[in-house]
Amino acid sequence: MSEIRKSWGLHTGVVALLLALNFILPDYHHGNLARVMVLACYAMGYNMLFGYTGLLSLGHALFFAAGMYGMSLTVQHLGWSAGPAIIVGLASGLAMSLVVGILSLRTAGVAFMIVTLMFAQAGYLAALYFGEYTRGDEGFVIQKAARQIGGIDLSDPMSRYLAALVLFAVCLFITLRVVQTGFGRVLVAIRENEERTRMLGYDVHLHKLLAILLSGTMSAAAGAAYGLLFGYAGATFASVQYSIFPLLWVLLGGAGTVLGPFVGTLFMFYLIDLSSDISTAYMLIAGLTLVLLTLFAPQGLVGELRRRTLRWLP
Amino acid sequence: MELVPYLILGLLEGLVTAAVLSLMALGLSLVFGVMRVVNVAHGEFFMVGAVLAWQIASLFEGHPAWGFLAALLVAPPLTACIAVAANQLVLKRIEYDPERTIVATIGLLYIIQQVTLMTYGPDARPVEAPFNQRLSIPLVEWTESGLSLYWPWGLGTTTYKLAVIMAAVMLLTGIWILMTRTRSGLLMRATQLDRETAQAFGIPVGRVYATVFGLGAALAALAGVLIVPIQQAHYLMGHDPLLLSFIVVIIGGLGSLPGTVVAALLIGISDGMISVFFSPTLAKIIATLGVAFVLIFMPQGLFGKRGL
Repeated sequence: MSEIRKSWGLHTGVVALLLALNFILPDYHHGNLARVMVLACYAMGYNMLFGYTGLLSLGHALFFAAGMYGMSLTVQHLGWSAGPAIIVGLASGLAMSLVVGILSLRTAGVAFMIVTLMFAQAGYLAALYFGEYTRGDEGFVIQKAARQIGGIDLSDPMSRYLAALVLFAVCLFITLRVVQTGFGRVLVAIRENEERTRMLGYDVHLHKLLAILLSGTMSAAAGAAYGLLFGYAGATFASVQYSIFPLLWVLLGGAGTVLGPFVGTLFMFYLIDLSSDISTAYMLIAGLTLVLLTLFAPQGLVGELRRRTLRWLP
Repeated sequence: MELVPYLILGLLEGLVTAAVLSLMALGLSLVFGVMRVVNVAHGEFFMVGAVLAWQIASLFEGHPAWGFLAALLVAPPLTACIAVAANQLVLKRIEYDPERTIVATIGLLYIIQQVTLMTYGPDARPVEAPFNQRLSIPLVEWTESGLSLYWPWGLGTTTYKLAVIMAAVMLLTGIWILMTRTRSGLLMRATQLDRETAQAFGIPVGRVYATVFGLGAALAALAGVLIVPIQQAHYLMGHDPLLLSFIVVIIGGLGSLPGTVVAALLIGISDGMISVFFSPTLAKIIATLGVAFVLIFMPQGLFGKRGL
């Protein structure tokens, strides 16, 4: 069996497994898994830029929040229905990543990280500043009546899970497809050696910009879906913490692997969930994990698996 | 009250901010200059300094000056020990690789912050200032009988705030002498210029790195001890100063001492002025966007010679 068919088989299998879990899981884990799948889309968006292109952004919460607010503010204040509001969320993510991409790509390395961090911080502060509309840190609840697409009530657990699964599958297969095409290979080439890629005649700047657009829009899709499925939008999702989370998930699962972001998100979600029963200082787990990962497993879980046995994993 | 007293008040508050900020930013800039490490956990060393100051001061009874003095002497070296331990256990092992260092220091940030939350708790606690007389500031006014002094209501400062400014000036001078006039300063500057050549000439680069990281943390902790009688000790207090000192270091040019001080004055005073007249959130938005644009269009900062 060729490697491409093997990897399509594996990823379709994962989606099928998640579909089957919909009918088996107890309520609590059913809800958690829906949340994890949406957050994994955010992580997959982040992975596109960090894992494959090698650009470490510390400001992805800006894109997540752009999607979330783009969707929820149009629902809340303009009274739009969910379908068109999602489009608005995606468009704001795309526009935001275009602006941030054009500006921040003039820098590289550490400067790129700080510039993205500063833009995200400005975005977070703007969400607080326009508290009249966004209600700041407190946030606002999106009414149950507004959370419907084509007559499907997205606040119902079953349809919420399935909607999350559809988004997850779309993001997963987009990522898988991208890394198999020439475009994805150029991104990896940029990560490995930017100068050499330029020498080979590829437009490095354009490819990086496209990677940011794809990554930002995918993150915005996750943000819009999160707001819609769980009925809440707040400035916390724009804070630095939400820029650090996808980095953590991707590093844990394995940067530059298609399944890594999902594995990392799932693992971290349950780690924090279990530890918050014991202590309020649950971010300690996140901090320890980050330090231990940089020290001992820079490849992440799926990355280690690929290095040891399954070399064909995309 | 008219405009002039407002301006003077903004200026004084700004000078206090600038004093604390310049100490903290100097630590950040030193660590980046010599080690090429962007220390995201720097704000937590500031917080640890303030929290330790509270712990130490609460051990003393009697005049508040004794507790404060003890805190001033003990908290910075203790914080430096934590930093050196972090350097040896984590940063050294990842060989100061820029991207991995950032991720690791983000991890350190959360570890230090959350351990403080678990031990010290979520409350904000004050430390009493060693001396705190109010000083009213007179203004000159032109009246019918010639020049005369008057005391506008609400315009004033405290002796402690003036002492903070003085202390910062003295410490900055001390660091400048250390860097330019002593042998250890020479070793640090040699390592900063060219790590490998320094090593070839027998400079113990590893020990220089540990010292610089400890010194940087001690400076942040000192700033924390100095600020705690004005602003209370809290486990999340490191966040805003971290952001501001990043801004200062970037605008001042990395690794440039005079640049850092000038930028701290600029940011501190404009922060004081802007927050007298505008909403602090708007001021922060303008400042963060300003930094982003300085980095994009003038990567070497306003005074520095090289960029990130």
